Amino acid sequence: MPLQLSRDFPQSSYNAAPASAIVAPMQSIISVAGLSKTYATGLNALKDINLEIRAGEIFALLGPNGAGKTTLIGTICGIVNPSAGHVRVAGHDIVRDYRASRSLIGLVPQELTTDAFETVWDTVSFSRGLFGKAPNPAHIEKILKELSLWPKKGSMIRTLSGGMKRRVMIAKALSHEPQILFLDEPTAGVDVELRRDMWQVVRALRASGVTIILTTHYIDEAEEMADRIGVISKGELILVEDKTVLMKKLGRKQLSLQLQQPLTAVPASLAAFNLALSAGGSELTYTYDSHVERAGIATLLKALDEAGVAFKDLQTTQSSLEDIFVNLVKVG
Amino acid sequence: MNVHAIRAIYAFEMARTRRTLFQSIISPVISTSLYFVVFGAAIGSRISEIEGISYGAFIVPGLIMLSLLTQSVSNASFGIYFPKFTGTIYELLSAPVSFFEIVLSYVGAAATKSILLGVIILATAWLFVPVQIQHPVWMVLFLLLTAVTFSLLGFLIGIWADNFEKLQFVPLLIITPLTFLGGSFYSIHMLPPFWQTVTLFNPVVYLVSGFRWSFYGLADVSVGVSLGMTLVFLGVFLAVVAWMFRTGYRLKA
Repeated sequence: MPLQLSRDFPQSSYNAAPASAIVAPMQSIISVAGLSKTYATGLNALKDINLEIRAGEIFALLGPNGAGKTTLIGTICGIVNPSAGHVRVAGHDIVRDYRASRSLIGLVPQELTTDAFETVWDTVSFSRGLFGKAPNPAHIEKILKELSLWPKKGSMIRTLSGGMKRRVMIAKALSHEPQILFLDEPTAGVDVELRRDMWQVVRALRASGVTIILTTHYIDEAEEMADRIGVISKGELILVEDKTVLMKKLGRKQLSLQLQQPLTAVPASLAAFNLALSAGGSELTYTYDSHVERAGIATLLKALDEAGVAFKDLQTTQSSLEDIFVNLVKVG
Repeated sequence: MNVHAIRAIYAFEMARTRRTLFQSIISPVISTSLYFVVFGAAIGSRISEIEGISYGAFIVPGLIMLSLLTQSVSNASFGIYFPKFTGTIYELLSAPVSFFEIVLSYVGAAATKSILLGVIILATAWLFVPVQIQHPVWMVLFLLLTAVTFSLLGFLIGIWADNFEKLQFVPLLIITPLTFLGGSFYSIHMLPPFWQTVTLFNPVVYLVSGFRWSFYGLADVSVGVSLGMTLVFLGVFLAVVAWMFRTGYRLKA
């Protein structure tokens, strides 16, 4: 379903450079210090988390199931009581100044939890009131139109599809014009078209100045949208990095050569290169750092020629964020 | 004070009443009317007057109180339990609302519904038996205090309950028996002395007695004690709900 965007969500923003590249230096809008959470069951879900979320960025929080992503979000939003540590939202302590901090936040939880017997209009209007904002039918109309929900405004939520319900939850979270939006697995279980629509919504919101923190299992989603990546594993924040820096730092490239004649071993004259044989000796792989300016490919090709190793095809591949994530979590 | 939130929750809860009008209002009115038909017209005519009041008229305050107590508890418990059950409680917990505002809006809506029901039952009773209200201000006061107090009880039951069975447990197995044994259908002076003493441990006795006094000037215990006990229950339930919100008991992990 096409997304209709108003002047507040300009189309041009879709191709905008990452916020980190536009606004510098960015101020911290969420500050997490020494945050820990131990549940009554004894599960230590968060361990001394320290994190700064910058205003206006899209921050992707990655981690396997049970890593602590939802607990971290729940704690910042006031749903989970912290065991230790502090969280400040725009300078407001989430416990002492909960009114000020919560009024800045919109939350779209992972589960599709809606009031099945309410209409779309009523439930979104309810959320606005709950967050202390006076009724504003024009704003509600704008949100519903932007999320392609306007034709369904009088429909009971139970009659909507899963994708539409997900939109309703986003509309509810945006009803009080939050400065920060938490999206916990926003595209879990939705089809490809809706995923792309969601990405558009997220980018448009970021362009309008909203800070977005999203958790996702779709690494390509984080790779596509995030300015910065945080990886959480077993309750510990093991990495926070600018996405492009992360890709450069941990990304690696591989040159694969399909040989004309299989080799039984890498020739001694090529020992200086980081080479590996595979596919029964018919494929030679050269692994190198993507951020190294002189990767030595030309030298390698010359050395191969001198060693009499002929190849019929070649290709290069770059490790994706998914590869990086899997490696990090394995280590963590 | 987050007035918009209070208004939003209150309107949301009242809208639920409108959607379930039959269950919320009509059904208790029908069942109460049946009490009047059975105890007032059919059996009541064979029962002698109690302190100069016809039996049908005597049971009116008790019947209203029976509905008021059960409906206050049911309305409020369901109001807070349902968001817990569906998961929409996340929104309430993440909103900039205080414990007091949440209680005020949920309990206010539940009390409004049960008061409305009490008024409808009173009007229905007028069709069957001659009802007098000697102390209308006290009647309204008892009606309000009882509705609010037991809506608070319902609210804390709704937070405590983690399944529908528990939600029904207190109204069906505690409130209703206590109301039946709390002098709704008789004066406790009609009981043997031992059971009169035992009955005084039933909190509903004080509510029914004070309420009946506001109608006919007849009371099993003094009106001051009735009012005092009602306020004690109010204070206790409020304190328990405050503790639940402070600790996050069955609300927050």
